[in-house]
Amino acid sequence: MSRSPISLPQVRGFLQTNRRDLWWLQPTATLLGLLAFIVYSTWGALQGTHYFLGGPSQIGSQHLLSPFYSPVIWDGAGLTSGHAWIGALPSWWPAWLLFSPALLILPFPGFFRFTCYYYRGAYYKAFWGDPTSCTVGEPSFRGENYRGEQKLPLILQNLHRYALYIAIIFIFILGWDAFASLWYTGSDGKDHFGISIGSLVLTTNVVLLGGYTFGCHCWRHLVGGRHDCLSCSKMRQNAYERVSWLNSRHMLFAWMSLFWVGFTDLYVRMCSMGIWTDWRLIG
Amino acid sequence: MQGGGFKDYSVEVTDGMVVLDCIHKIQAEQAPDLACRWNCKAGKCGSCSAEINGKPALMCMTRMETLPPGEPVMVEPMQTFPIIRDLVTDVSWNYEVKKKIKPFKPRKPDNADGTWTVFQEDVERSQEFRKCIECFLCQDVCHVLRDHHKHDEFIGPRFLVFTAALEMNPLDTENRLADLKDRDGIGYCNITKCCTKVCPEHITITDNAIIPLKERVVDEFYDPLTMLFRVFRARS
Repeated sequence: MSRSPISLPQVRGFLQTNRRDLWWLQPTATLLGLLAFIVYSTWGALQGTHYFLGGPSQIGSQHLLSPFYSPVIWDGAGLTSGHAWIGALPSWWPAWLLFSPALLILPFPGFFRFTCYYYRGAYYKAFWGDPTSCTVGEPSFRGENYRGEQKLPLILQNLHRYALYIAIIFIFILGWDAFASLWYTGSDGKDHFGISIGSLVLTTNVVLLGGYTFGCHCWRHLVGGRHDCLSCSKMRQNAYERVSWLNSRHMLFAWMSLFWVGFTDLYVRMCSMGIWTDWRLIG
Repeated sequence: MQGGGFKDYSVEVTDGMVVLDCIHKIQAEQAPDLACRWNCKAGKCGSCSAEINGKPALMCMTRMETLPPGEPVMVEPMQTFPIIRDLVTDVSWNYEVKKKIKPFKPRKPDNADGTWTVFQEDVERSQEFRKCIECFLCQDVCHVLRDHHKHDEFIGPRFLVFTAALEMNPLDTENRLADLKDRDGIGYCNITKCCTKVCPEHITITDNAIIPLKERVVDEFYDPLTMLFRVFRARS
């Protein structure tokens, strides 16, 4: 029998713990996964080109549009995607001000993910060490100055439901893009039905994003969770049960949709650059 | 309490032994004054909470064969509460917190015989929370209490679950949202889900209790549209 004196309760230093499992693995994987996406999406958004396939300039190709750029408000300089809501970049846009159609879009889904309950828990751990993992020591400067989401600035996370409202609109827009990807413009100038690999990629993208968006904790609250009486409305009860099913898989959908939305942009980009071929399967 | 320390004991482990068995064997053979709180040895009384290899767990539900073989097992008292002696901590703070939460206040009976009519689907959410055995492992692992010592401003996951069971009860008419926001400090929870991970009753604490309560607090205090809607509805 041996004895080693300590003071209890212990105050652990940053990253100190008595855990012996691989507690660092999950926050490290989260850190790397989110960093990889942030780097790629920022790079992709700043390119301002190769974000579509098909359209007036590419006869015979399916109408594919990168989700990073959808909806296109104005096309990039010198480009005609056929997807732009207004048209070309207006002449009053200052030449010194960097423009890419994606820069007008990405902040909205970014706001949704940033305020998402799952991602909050994940990036507080991975990026801020708050805590890095359960029963692992935190940076000493935080100590009793911890504010959590009780005070500014993180109290603003309570606006997550407004990000959800915008995200739902985006699901419909991306759903339309997936539908549009089922068509291509033939040499006769008319649109023809066809299904390509890209059509499947865009459709999978909107399905996964829909699974993520409609499994949101806020959505679960709004469709029924805020009521004590679920049985008072059969529709409310059904909606609550279905959203709860998605909600229990929220982390899974969060990561699958994040990966796939990045891959969808990559797919459209590579096809647009002519490096990959968007093979047509039907039509 | 200051002081204390770790002591090494060697125990012969046989098939099926749990950590609590080892503690009892140490008490019987080597250290009769080793203090440890326990009662049912079946994971239902919530008495034998401790930290095993750095993770909060019930000693009676942690089988020795699930721990790394051939290595020492580190058993510590819960870190969030004051130590009384050895593995026993003073958890009385929790009972004081519980007293402050507004109790169940049922609506008027639905039936002439003084009873209520409720449907299973309406009480299922509360029933999940009633599985709690008050082992306080969720309180122990919560970094808001453990590392930031916000005992005066935050009631911890156990009592957020307790409040959720009351708030979601279809018979209850009390409103605890203002307390949750201000006195109980629900905003301090930053959704680490550590409480859910250590719960021996597998209550989905964060997703089913804390986040739904956070959303109800948002309805009441942070969402301008909902607040506006409530004003118009009250006027009409």
